[in-house]
Amino acid sequence: MVSLESLIVLLPLLGAVIIGLGGLANAAFRKQEGLIGWLASAMVLIPFGIVLTRFFGYQNMPLSFSLFSWMQAGGLDISFSYKLDDLSLPMMLVVTGVGALIHIYSIGYMHKDPGFYKFFAYLNLFIFAMSNLIMADNLVVMFLGWEGVGLCSYLLIGFWYTDMIKAEAAQKAFIVNRIGDFAMLVAMFLIYQMFGTLDFSLINAEAANPVAEAAGNRYFWITLLVFVAATGKSAQIPLFTWLPDAMAGPTPVSALIHAATMVTAGIYLIVRLNPLFLASPEVLMVIVVIAALTSVMAALTAIAQNDIKKVLAYSTVSQLGFMFMALGAGAFTTAIFHVITHAFFKACLFLGSGSVIHAMEHAHAAEDPQDIRTMGNLGKDMKSTSLTFWISTLAIAGIPGLAGFFSKDEILSSLFFNGFENQVYFAVWAVGLFTAILTAFYMTRLAWLTFNGKARYKTGAHIHESAPLMTIPLWILAVLAVLGGYIGLPYLIGHGEFHLFNHWLGDLVVNRDLHHALEEHAVFEYLLLALAFIVSIGTVLFARNLYSKHDLAADDKVKGFFGKFYGVMAGKFFWDELYDTILVRPFAWIGSKLLRPFESDGVDGIVTGAGSAVAGIGEVFRRLQSGLVSNYMVLISGGVLLVLTYLIFG
Amino acid sequence: MILTLLTFLPLAALLLMAFLPRQAAPAHRWIALIITLLQVIGAALFLVPAWLAARAAGADAFALQEQLPWILLDLGAWGTLRLDYFLAADGLSLALTLLTLLLMPIAVLSSWKVSHRPQAYFMLLMLLDTSLVGVFLAMDFFLFFIFYELLLLPMFFLIGLWGGEKREYAALKFFLYTLAGSVFMLLVMAGLLFSYAAPNSAGEAPELTLNILTLSQFNISEPQFAIEGSVFAPGSILLGMDARLLGFVVLFLAFAIKLPAIPLHTWLPDAHVEAPTAISVILAGIVLKVGGYGMARLCYGIFPDAAAQLHFWIAGAGLVSILYGSLVAMGQKDLKRLVAYSSVAHMGYVMLGLGSLTAAGISGAYFQMIAHGLVSALLFLLVGVLYDRVHDREISHFRGLWDLMPRYSVVVMLAFFASLGLPGLCMFVPELLVYTGVLQSDLPLWLPALAVLGILLGAAYYLRTYRQMFFGVFDEGHTSTWRGLLTDLRPREYLMILPLVALIVVLGLLPGLVLDFLGGDATALADHVKTAITIP
Repeated sequence: MVSLESLIVLLPLLGAVIIGLGGLANAAFRKQEGLIGWLASAMVLIPFGIVLTRFFGYQNMPLSFSLFSWMQAGGLDISFSYKLDDLSLPMMLVVTGVGALIHIYSIGYMHKDPGFYKFFAYLNLFIFAMSNLIMADNLVVMFLGWEGVGLCSYLLIGFWYTDMIKAEAAQKAFIVNRIGDFAMLVAMFLIYQMFGTLDFSLINAEAANPVAEAAGNRYFWITLLVFVAATGKSAQIPLFTWLPDAMAGPTPVSALIHAATMVTAGIYLIVRLNPLFLASPEVLMVIVVIAALTSVMAALTAIAQNDIKKVLAYSTVSQLGFMFMALGAGAFTTAIFHVITHAFFKACLFLGSGSVIHAMEHAHAAEDPQDIRTMGNLGKDMKSTSLTFWISTLAIAGIPGLAGFFSKDEILSSLFFNGFENQVYFAVWAVGLFTAILTAFYMTRLAWLTFNGKARYKTGAHIHESAPLMTIPLWILAVLAVLGGYIGLPYLIGHGEFHLFNHWLGDLVVNRDLHHALEEHAVFEYLLLALAFIVSIGTVLFARNLYSKHDLAADDKVKGFFGKFYGVMAGKFFWDELYDTILVRPFAWIGSKLLRPFESDGVDGIVTGAGSAVAGIGEVFRRLQSGLVSNYMVLISGGVLLVLTYLIFG
Repeated sequence: MILTLLTFLPLAALLLMAFLPRQAAPAHRWIALIITLLQVIGAALFLVPAWLAARAAGADAFALQEQLPWILLDLGAWGTLRLDYFLAADGLSLALTLLTLLLMPIAVLSSWKVSHRPQAYFMLLMLLDTSLVGVFLAMDFFLFFIFYELLLLPMFFLIGLWGGEKREYAALKFFLYTLAGSVFMLLVMAGLLFSYAAPNSAGEAPELTLNILTLSQFNISEPQFAIEGSVFAPGSILLGMDARLLGFVVLFLAFAIKLPAIPLHTWLPDAHVEAPTAISVILAGIVLKVGGYGMARLCYGIFPDAAAQLHFWIAGAGLVSILYGSLVAMGQKDLKRLVAYSSVAHMGYVMLGLGSLTAAGISGAYFQMIAHGLVSALLFLLVGVLYDRVHDREISHFRGLWDLMPRYSVVVMLAFFASLGLPGLCMFVPELLVYTGVLQSDLPLWLPALAVLGILLGAAYYLRTYRQMFFGVFDEGHTSTWRGLLTDLRPREYLMILPLVALIVVLGLLPGLVLDFLGGDATALADHVKTAITIP
């Protein structure tokens, strides 16, 4: 039966269909910006309301609901069934909540875009797919969402399709993600072979069974492949290269899909399957190392970028690295905690950058409205944007008291305390700390060069603050970026007693148990906390002083500091060039230079030889042209009919 | 009666057209359209309800049997030969028949503008209709063979006379390939002729038979109707090989050409490129399915023991088709050729599923035939839309089409994503079922794991093509005359396209609509193979 919960899935789909088909069919409908925008927003706001009531009325009992049976054959039985439980509820709050804010923001941002209706249809479709991904009760429906968000990402990155660079970015995003999907499907095969089911609850129950746990690395390949799939969606080495390019999409898309929600899908999936991962320490080790490398590499790249969105994109890759580090440390709840806080401040940052780009474009203030070198002192005219952007910058930098501080500190501390068991984690912790310093630095640089210092855009350009439709979402997100962390107070305070979020997730998601190390080495908790204070505040102040003193010229100091390595950072570590050489070209070569000739001269050649031996083909056809065919047909069909008549009546 | 009526209705139309003057061009196409629509209505109002009622009443798996003695020959020492006019439908036959009936009016609509000898064209199309429906419903091997051969004729002429520049070459290639397959089939049929005898209805002496249902009641421990010491009796040797194994392989080759399987596929891209749009639609949508249908119905039905022995190789051939077809598709420059190679890759799933010998895998293979029938038909129609306007299909000649043809672009995107297996559209379901089946079987895991690479390659060639043709800015340079020609979809085109689009979406979400027909038959075939090799 259709329950209220099923509207969470159905409404965004309905919105996408109505707006998409309506816009395609009717030119007048296309111009109804208010109607389209608010209809689409309502299709997300109503689900948000439903999720909210379910969240506050939650009784520790998962709410299951299902729509209808999807496929049923030969022992496979898959339904469109969903679950709102400890894990999916908070995730859905973020997806629908942040999603609704970004829908509303986009009404202002996409104003007068000829593809206005298309944009909202895609955005609603995205919410539909993302809801499937998160609430799915089995891997197949999850995969529907997984591919669905990939599709929406493709459509939205290539939204301004007349620009070939954007179109290529869209294509790259989908194809790179398909590499991850390949791993995902093979992982599903292994899961099906091992567990005989694709239901999350059954898989997890089986995996959490202590006997199974003792079996050691039975899950090695499953978990490794799921991680590879996650590196695609969640942009980690080796499959992250699509995400920086994905910034070609409209900025609200970058905020929603490529920062707050879709890119965290890989992390979500690993947490969803946490019993499997907990039983695969080797894979957790792989994850933590890859995550640390991704994180520091992306942070270094971010320092050397001048495009406001590129900086934020690499920052996202780096922050996702933090989340994976948490996963690698077995701190699954912490990873989700950071997913949530990151969603708030990164969405705010992206929307802020959108507001800036919007203003720069409208004022025709520079050649490239995204280049921070031609910005400066925008805060004078854009108070709300500047303030919210700075708040979020401080939050991501880990300034104590703001959201990012709590979750990032928790990640670093869980890495550190894992070190007592396995010293590799100490090294990873050090990398993480270094990355945190870099983060504070490049974010302060970004915010300062954009909003403070000297104005470097064309003199006489009139910069205006964006409309309230855009600034109100900014303020809501900024408030969340401040307060969002208080759902998870550090272990230090009452031995984890006040970590509301861990209590919330604790029944479903099991972390690696660090109780022992935490109690035994309690003094380090204080030291780490002190370090976090010093490092974050110190770096922000340092960067602020550096850039306020030298303005753009401070970049030269940074260049000098890194020496030759700066070229590598600015060149984004040359991943694209590497893939082009070892993957793209060889495959294209196989297709066009190897197989096509092989196909036409080799396989086909033999047959063609045989065919040409038959002489006078053309002659045959010329004769047939002369009306023979129809006579021939009459003969045949007449004969058949005769036989038939005989059979029936004879 | 309903099966016979549906099968031969187009022949009546053919006769009617023959007696109309050649100049009455619009009449021919209208007759064709009305008759094909009548078939659809007949199927919807009578065939499906009657079939469901028969099934519900507990009929045999093959419902609605229409059987009449046809040929009775006294072969002296060998006994009496009895060949029947025998039509019946199980779920698979029904589903494929419905697919045929659905695509036929679409093909007629797509031929609306045929100006070269329309009378002959539509007459051939009607003959094609009859032979296709007949192939799927005939349950006597001899009758099947006749329909199978009958199919060759109109296809040959339709490609050879109404095709593109190299049509004669393509038609002949198609003809030779299929003829080779027919010869293979004929050989096996001749052997079968003297291998099975069933008691006739009057309870008199057993008669030699080619009744497929009788031939399919095979069981290794109890070879019910097989004549001891005959060619295909269990244990007999032919040319130094197990005769049943040999028979299976030869028959399988005949259908592997039709499917087509690598490396017997090279007729297909040429045939597609030269064929007019409507014929491509029928070729990809239905004719290829005769290959998969024959494998299941005849190869697996008659030689289940051999199928069980060779299933690894069948699945392996499927894998080769999937990967090779996809890789070659990546290198294509002609849009129609690209779609043709993607067809080869997709039909690989049929073999992979059949090779699994499991209910899930076989229902996946069956469903893949239906899903591919819809998606490939749509793809070829869409290629035709473009070709109609500018007589060009070279991918690199197009750019920025979205600006000129937004609705067309949306449909092409849907078709591409359906073809590359996006969940929620109809090709994902069979692929998942095939994988599941292979995983349930004793086949090695690397088979499905490598097959999944196909989804990656599919994304690569489809998205690259899409970007090249639809994104960017329309290039005024060398195609300045095209701007006026490249208009969005027209009403007649919507009529052809929308039913397919709707089905692709609906079957993606509610595959049960078709799976419920097919599932039982797939399970039955899996059991058939299983019991054939179990020695009690």
